[in-house]
Amino acid sequence: MAKEKRTSDKRMKDIGMERHERRRQPSPDWASGLRRLYDSVVEEPLPDAFSKLLDDLDRADD
Amino acid sequence: MLFRSFWTISTERMTEMRSAADAASFKRELTGVIPHLRAFARGLCGRPDLADDLVQETLLKAWAAQERFEPGTSMRAWTFVILRNAYLTDMRRNRFRADYDETVAERILVAPPGQEGPMHLSDLHRALLTLPPERREALLLVGAGGFSYEEAADICECAVGTIKSRVGRARATLSAMIEEGTIPRRAVGDAVAHDAIMAELNESTSAS
Repeated sequence: MAKEKRTSDKRMKDIGMERHERRRQPSPDWASGLRRLYDSVVEEPLPDAFSKLLDDLDRADD
Repeated sequence: MLFRSFWTISTERMTEMRSAADAASFKRELTGVIPHLRAFARGLCGRPDLADDLVQETLLKAWAAQERFEPGTSMRAWTFVILRNAYLTDMRRNRFRADYDETVAERILVAPPGQEGPMHLSDLHRALLTLPPERREALLLVGAGGFSYEEAADICECAVGTIKSRVGRARATLSAMIEEGTIPRRAVGDAVAHDAIMAELNESTSAS
């Protein structure tokens, strides 16, 4: 029980340290552009070829 | 005897039902990460058509390896590892020339504060493509994909400190290029990016 708590505390400390480090490194002005580049592709309509590929694979397994 | 036979059938049936449910869940989760695979692939190799080829290759490999996926773990992280390995293999075969498509990126503008005039996302993408692949993928995973340093380190199979260093260097290089206005023009950018990537790959191949 105590060991689990120590592990959990350490994990929380690691997460806290990471957040602190991220805060210490200010995001450059272009950083939001990088996320927008990524998100713009995520939000694109998905070509049918992908779902067709998975359906074909699924059928081939049956 | 009757009871045993009933029990055997029942267990088999339950196993069948469970594996059918697992397969359906796997397919659903795999479908869900396709947009992210496309975004990661586009960031890595630039051209949408080649990026989508890479995603298809990733889906085929993921499907073939589905027994190795642990339900409950991150499908996005698991498939990113597969995509990354496929990309590096294809890069070594010189399949990709770092390239990008202006059509989507050109229409979207970013306006960094303190800078005169908006900056095209296509400029940012081109600058990104000039980075060595290790730094580019690290920045894409952490800065665009929202992975933690730990998750990115798992995907790239390296230490957390290495990822932090790659992200830091990638950010510094991009910031310098943007501040100094040294983002290469498209035609030059392709050549610079490709040369940088191939030099890095040759270096890592000869070092290993």
